[in-house]
Amino acid sequence: MSLDLFFQYLFAGITYGSIYAIVAIGFNIIYNATGIINFAQGEFVMLGGMISITLHQFMPLPYAIAGAVALTMVIGALIEILFIRWLESPSVMRMVIITIGISILLRESALHVWGESIRSLPYFYGNEITTFSLGSVHLSPQVLWVIAACALMVGGLSVFFKGTSWGREMRACAANRTAAILCGINTRNMVTLSFMLSAGIGALAGCVMSPITYTQYDSGTSLAIKGFTVAILGGLGNSMAAVAAGILLGILEAFSVSVVPLAFQDAISISILLIILFIKPHGLFGSSEAARLKDF
Amino acid sequence: MKKGIKRIVVGCAVSCLLLAASLHSAQAGTVKVGAIFAVTGPASFLGGPEARSAEMVVEKINKAGGINGDTIELIIKDSAGSSEKAVSFAKQLIEEEKVVAIIGPSTSGESMAVKKIAEEGKTVLISCAAAEVIVDPVASYVFKTPQKDSFAAQKIFEAMQRLKISTIAIAAGNDGFGKAGKDQLEKMAPTFGIKVAASETYDSKATDLSALVAKLKADAAIQAVINWSVVPAQAIIAKNMRQAGWQVPLFQSHGFGNIKYAEAAGAAAEGIIFPCGRLLVVDSLADTHPQKALLLQYKSDYEAKYKEDASAFGGYGYDAINMVAAAIKQGGNDRAGVRDAVEGLKKFTGVGGIFSFTPQDHNGLDIDSFAMLTVKDGKFIPYQGQ
Repeated sequence: MSLDLFFQYLFAGITYGSIYAIVAIGFNIIYNATGIINFAQGEFVMLGGMISITLHQFMPLPYAIAGAVALTMVIGALIEILFIRWLESPSVMRMVIITIGISILLRESALHVWGESIRSLPYFYGNEITTFSLGSVHLSPQVLWVIAACALMVGGLSVFFKGTSWGREMRACAANRTAAILCGINTRNMVTLSFMLSAGIGALAGCVMSPITYTQYDSGTSLAIKGFTVAILGGLGNSMAAVAAGILLGILEAFSVSVVPLAFQDAISISILLIILFIKPHGLFGSSEAARLKDF
Repeated sequence: MKKGIKRIVVGCAVSCLLLAASLHSAQAGTVKVGAIFAVTGPASFLGGPEARSAEMVVEKINKAGGINGDTIELIIKDSAGSSEKAVSFAKQLIEEEKVVAIIGPSTSGESMAVKKIAEEGKTVLISCAAAEVIVDPVASYVFKTPQKDSFAAQKIFEAMQRLKISTIAIAAGNDGFGKAGKDQLEKMAPTFGIKVAASETYDSKATDLSALVAKLKADAAIQAVINWSVVPAQAIIAKNMRQAGWQVPLFQSHGFGNIKYAEAAGAAAEGIIFPCGRLLVVDSLADTHPQKALLLQYKSDYEAKYKEDASAFGGYGYDAINMVAAAIKQGGNDRAGVRDAVEGLKKFTGVGGIFSFTPQDHNGLDIDSFAMLTVKDGKFIPYQGQ
């Protein structure tokens, strides 16, 4: 393999990987606050893309994206309040089934609102054929936006969780819910907040990736599967690990093209998921002791 | 006095009912036509426009007084692209609804699953799917409206010969459409003296194909790429090729026949060459062209009613329902009569081309039903060779 080809694969992998990582971060936030996997996470990504595309007809791009993120956060909050909040000590399985139901509901609603056609936001910089070159490697500027958004989210989240009182309350809620209640933290509000946060992150991801991947009413499902794989691979609940795992999976997928047909790309990621679940169920970067204390 | 009013009211009500009943019996009756389309799901880009076109035609026919005085009742079933659903809907339409004919399904897989059921139920099936196996071998009750895959492949290879292209790469989605197209291309390439240097299959839901493009680009012998897939991959591969700075010609299948896909690929769509029916370039047709009046009519009706661009896919459904209507007019409300009437259609002008069915040919189109198109300044125009 020539050096050029190597770098071209590498950057393709980093692009996929950053997208997977952002979706995985959304999974992790809700997992931390509630202990459940929110299978509607992919639909938040789809909603972010779709809403921003609709808003963009009426306003400039930055406002459209901000509006889409805000609206999706409201939808996230509503979902939590309507479907999760009133449950009396729900089991993990019950909540997981509820999120699967929500994902179907959101997908079908999107089909009714936006129809079956594919849509996309315009490229943030340049157009479909704009590239810049690093040596002989060609990249679309949008790839940098995706990577930047990913970096921004990880940075922003670590500041939020470490530096703000809401962030600390959410962490307390994740660490020990009973103790958090005893300290006067409203854990229910924290769960709502976690849904809003992950909806917002999903929506932002949906906006930055829309020019590359396009948005369709059912594009959330496949992203959710990849994001879930990455979240497990990195170790549930750990956002930094999700980024590392996402990029790792992306690069593996990109390089696999040189060996096996591209159609097997998904088979590779699912095989990796299975292997990880068998050998290191707490993830590549997770600790087994911490994993033992969780329900799921 | 009060009693009097009551009597009048009751009298009115009774006479109204009688009037309604007599009106109902005055309507000679209804002819039931079934439709199985993938209105939702992965093939909704086909099924959606097909169902809308068929509804539009039926509405128009009924408004004009129906066929032979009968109104058409179109029963549309949404298969969501699943063969299992298509099979159970076909049985339901044939056995319970007693339809006189079925239009659809939208995809090749569904059509193949339903083919035998239509044949056994002795009910005409006019498929809106591309694969040739639907009508080859011929089943007496099964027809199809879209042009054959092999015509599309032949058109592409002829264009390549004119461009003196001899070594190509094929990329195809891993769905039924992609697989059938890839097999067809690989089979036919040698007869045109064209060498297939690489043949790749990718997930039809892929979100980025830059790794695939990097792999193909590394082979300097490749002079052109044929991509055979459905949305969104056909826009993604165009973008990834141009982003990689790879300028070889990109050919697409007739699945590219919707201006939305060219819009989705934006500047990267420029110069894409693909075979398609003439609907998309109707404005550039000569006024004497036999299809022109019908194409303009379909386009303006559809776009006025649904506020979206007409596509070649909607045309498959439009042709199918029009054939059924013409056949009912001739053969009456009778399954065998409709079958014979469809097979007897000659020089039937449709969106897909001029159909002439024979007992051996249940597609009825020739290679001239395809034209080569290209994208220039975001619009489809006829492709002029070099």
